[in-house]
Amino acid sequence: MNPADIKRWIAAAEAAFASAKDLEELKIARLAHLGDKADISLANRALGSMPADEKASAGKIIGEGKAAITAALQSATLKLEAERDSKVLLEEVVDITLPVDRAHRGGLHPISIIKNEISDFFIEQGYSVEEGPELESGWLNFDALNIPADHPARTMQDTFYIEPVDSGMVLRTQTSPVQIRSMLEHKPPIYMICPGRTFRADELDATHSPVFHQVEGLVVDKGITMAHLKGTLDNFAQAMFGSEVTTRLRPSFFPFTEPSAEVDIFFNGRWIEWGGCGMVNPKVLQTCGIDTDVYSGFAFGMGLERTLMVRHNVSDMHDIVEGDLRFTRQFGVGL
Amino acid sequence: MRAPLSWIREFVEIPNKISAEEIAEGLIRVGFEVEEIITSGAGLTGPLKFAKVLSIEEITEFKKPIRYVGLDCGEKEVRYVICGATNFAIGDLVVAALPGAVLPGDFKIAARETYGKTSNGMICSSRELGLGEDHSGIMVFAEGDVAIGSDAIDGLEINDTIFDIAVNPDRGYALSIRGIAREVAGSLGLKFTDPVDALRGLNFPDTGAGVTAKIADPETASVFYLRTLSNFDPSARTPMWMRQRIEKLGMRSISLVVDITNYVMLELGQPLHAFDRAKISGGLTIKRAGKAQPFTTLDGQVRQLDPDDLMVCDDKVPLALAGTMGGQSSEISESTTDIALEAVRFDPVCIAKNSRRHKLSSEASRRLERSVDPSLAEFASARFVQLLTAHSSAKHVATVVAGEPRYVPVIKLDPTFIPKLLGLDIPSTEIATNLRTIGCDVDEKTFTVDPPSWRLDLLTPTDLAEEVARMIGYDKIPSILPPRPNHASLTPTQKRRRAISSMLAARGLAEVQTFPFTNQETIEQMGFVGERAATYRIANPMSDELPLMRVHLVPGLIEVAARNISRGAKDFAIFEMGSIFRSSQKLTPAISPVIGSRPDAKTIAAIYASVPPQAFHVAGLLVGKSEGENWQGKARAYTWQDAIAYAQDILRLCNLEWTIKRSDFAPWHPGRCAELIVDGKAVAHAGEIHPRIIAKYGLPERSVAFAVGLSALPDSDIVRPSRVGTMPAAVQDVALIVDANVSAAEVATALRKGAGDLLESITLFDRYDKIGDGKISLAFTLTFRALDRTLTGPEVAAMREAAVTSAQKATGAVLRTG
Repeated sequence: MNPADIKRWIAAAEAAFASAKDLEELKIARLAHLGDKADISLANRALGSMPADEKASAGKIIGEGKAAITAALQSATLKLEAERDSKVLLEEVVDITLPVDRAHRGGLHPISIIKNEISDFFIEQGYSVEEGPELESGWLNFDALNIPADHPARTMQDTFYIEPVDSGMVLRTQTSPVQIRSMLEHKPPIYMICPGRTFRADELDATHSPVFHQVEGLVVDKGITMAHLKGTLDNFAQAMFGSEVTTRLRPSFFPFTEPSAEVDIFFNGRWIEWGGCGMVNPKVLQTCGIDTDVYSGFAFGMGLERTLMVRHNVSDMHDIVEGDLRFTRQFGVGL
Repeated sequence: MRAPLSWIREFVEIPNKISAEEIAEGLIRVGFEVEEIITSGAGLTGPLKFAKVLSIEEITEFKKPIRYVGLDCGEKEVRYVICGATNFAIGDLVVAALPGAVLPGDFKIAARETYGKTSNGMICSSRELGLGEDHSGIMVFAEGDVAIGSDAIDGLEINDTIFDIAVNPDRGYALSIRGIAREVAGSLGLKFTDPVDALRGLNFPDTGAGVTAKIADPETASVFYLRTLSNFDPSARTPMWMRQRIEKLGMRSISLVVDITNYVMLELGQPLHAFDRAKISGGLTIKRAGKAQPFTTLDGQVRQLDPDDLMVCDDKVPLALAGTMGGQSSEISESTTDIALEAVRFDPVCIAKNSRRHKLSSEASRRLERSVDPSLAEFASARFVQLLTAHSSAKHVATVVAGEPRYVPVIKLDPTFIPKLLGLDIPSTEIATNLRTIGCDVDEKTFTVDPPSWRLDLLTPTDLAEEVARMIGYDKIPSILPPRPNHASLTPTQKRRRAISSMLAARGLAEVQTFPFTNQETIEQMGFVGERAATYRIANPMSDELPLMRVHLVPGLIEVAARNISRGAKDFAIFEMGSIFRSSQKLTPAISPVIGSRPDAKTIAAIYASVPPQAFHVAGLLVGKSEGENWQGKARAYTWQDAIAYAQDILRLCNLEWTIKRSDFAPWHPGRCAELIVDGKAVAHAGEIHPRIIAKYGLPERSVAFAVGLSALPDSDIVRPSRVGTMPAAVQDVALIVDANVSAAEVATALRKGAGDLLESITLFDRYDKIGDGKISLAFTLTFRALDRTLTGPEVAAMREAAVTSAQKATGAVLRTG
């Protein structure tokens, strides 16, 4: 066996494979250089008649030669297959810009989305999310919040009353009765928010709706200060409006907090009223049986519609309440 | 509350370098929202003159009355102008803008030809001068009020800055220039002179017998000053400066006596009422009306009094609705010469009730229901006497006093309390200084705080904390996060709702939120009856068309769908989650325990029980095609199956098992409504909407809906999954013939029961209803699998047969052959 022959056969096969223009020509070249009649195949068959002492070394040389030719075939095959694929599959081209979105586009109402977002933010801070009935006892909606009957504060909120009026049942004007329920049901420490639907006898116009949503927050714990309230509001405002936003507290009046404040945010170059807040009035804590010598608390509340309108530049309340799909679908499942 | 800077300056020394904006900022900082800074006189330049009307020529050939008016503007010649107003006569004084003047809105006055005449100027209304909204006519003055030819910009004190301030209900004292001025001074650190200080020394000796004053029930009023005056010449006129101030604050000038009562109220905050003494029979008593009776108030309205109404009465009849509005019978008239002036510190709740019962909110009631400084009954009535005697011939006759002012008690303050509540270190001296700024007396040794007479809202250390905080500035309080509680998460119910919403949204349903109101007509149209139709009524609904609380979510969805269709939408799916309000429980009289301590457990339980349960539902409405149609081809319409599938998917998402049966249930098609039952309770309905409703609302035919009562669903059990089998499955098909009225679910249940534990799944793969004889064929694929071995042929055959036998027994099914 002449190793030079083997080298020559390899070189010939490589040249033939490389010059094949398509898979058909490659097939011919393969038969010529690896088929039964190919030199290397003949040499391999001849091994059988060789004396044992030559067989091993010759076998090794032939095996290596065959492997080299096979490798050359392999790479030529891959190359030509790729060429064929690119040519043939290109002919199967389609217009992938054709509209294919047949499924109806669903989505959450933006108020739900913002409610979820706020809930997630506070849950992450360790607050629970509490709920309560919309048709609510007047005692929980007003009296327990230090809003006595015939106090001007009660007429601040135009209330829907339920018949018979002496039942004191109202459509809750705020989510605050949920705070009272929380304090009646749980011992401090209390860290909670209560997002929900609320009602005021307002006409529907571009900025008001008789049915709207609030989120309120309540913390009652040892050593809670107004500084904690500010810290919480700053954190919340930044989560809702971005890290650039700043808040401002302005003294105000709510019967259930003392001191009380309005929360403004500086957003898009101007001060905007966002909500109300304050330190929970000790009278409210005492009504819920909380020892004011030990505990203090803060509370805050914002309108979800207002938050949405400010953040997303929604200019008309009608879009939020009418249920037009063209509005809701713009939000998808996230804002 | 409107407060002109010119008036505030009377009580506060404000350096000129402090701008109106800085004053407004100062007010905002201490809790007074300045809604608007009105620059009166902005955009107004003269010449603006007082002029006397010398002649009026009525021009009648135009559509509206036109006057050609000759004016004496203090010039050599008579000036003629055209005027469209008719509320003046020859001899009246008016304000004339002369050529060259510019009125607000860049309205340039020039001589011009109009209505066939030359108009050499214009006679102005108060709105045209930017002084108010009154455009009912031009401004008219009488001879002596103003000087002919003098500058009206000065004369009317037009150039001024007016702050329009929102006053919170706990700060009744600030519904006065005195109160606002004190806040301006306190906020900006300026010197404040209390106008009351100048009144303390006033003393009017009695010269005769005055009208007597009495308070029947000390609960209704603490102190009653009644000042009697005589010798009043009713032709006396209100001085120009007083009239201007009253009008700047949005009130109208009426007569000198009434104007002074209003002026003093605006200045000090104490409402006053003047009676014509001649109309009083005997003395005045503050008491309840006692019985229902008609009463005519100053505005000419006849009101039916409630026995509880608090009145000011003479010996015979009620004369005034206390603190709210005077009566017509005793009002000051053009012939009044003797006056009884009432100043009372009424109980705020009594006045609030008066005002509420008669839907009558007056300048007086607004102040009195917010509490008025009890010391003012004396000083404000003294101020009235001072002003009236100075501007008319009136003489003080007598002052009668009933009752005495009641003040709030002193507060013991622990000076460390305020820093602890605010989270801000404040030295006790600073606390004392700030409390003094708002008028408190502070004994720094014992830290006993005596609130000022006008601050009846200051009762507790917390109230003082707010005062200190707002005087120091809320911006000084640091921002710190509270200690972090351990852990929280959504409740399983909340997680469930979120998962359901997300699933529906992701599958093409858009969430809507409708108002939870309805009406009887809708309830009837939907076919709700019995307890499903009973609901709560709103006493004061938004509109008479929606007086009831909703009993179901689907009607709201139908309305939203109809709205979307009217706006061009065709094929879509929507859903809503929310409460419904069936009146399963009769409402009972309110339970209202006093606050300040925790009510007992029984009372709390009773309050909780008084609130009716409000079920929480999710519902969806699917209309038109189930997907969009485009070049890919036609789409299929939504069918009852889609609605049921959504309802089932919701239950599946909650890991619940259910049974299903057909149900005749509004608002669905009685033959095409599924009822899903969990733990024996019907929790969901789904199917086609009743054709009657579809026609009524113009929905596409065969629109479908589902509704699931989420609050009726049991909690899900913790999932304990069965092992996933990896041995080969054995698949068997069975076709069964049953009566057409046998439901597929019944057959499947029976097959499952008979097949045994090794049945992995069962699928209906064919339903054939063309057999005739009232029969149908149902074909199922049964898949069997054992965890530990490959099932043998005989084993599988036996299980299949057991399944079929079970179906035969339960439903009369017959194996279909061939």
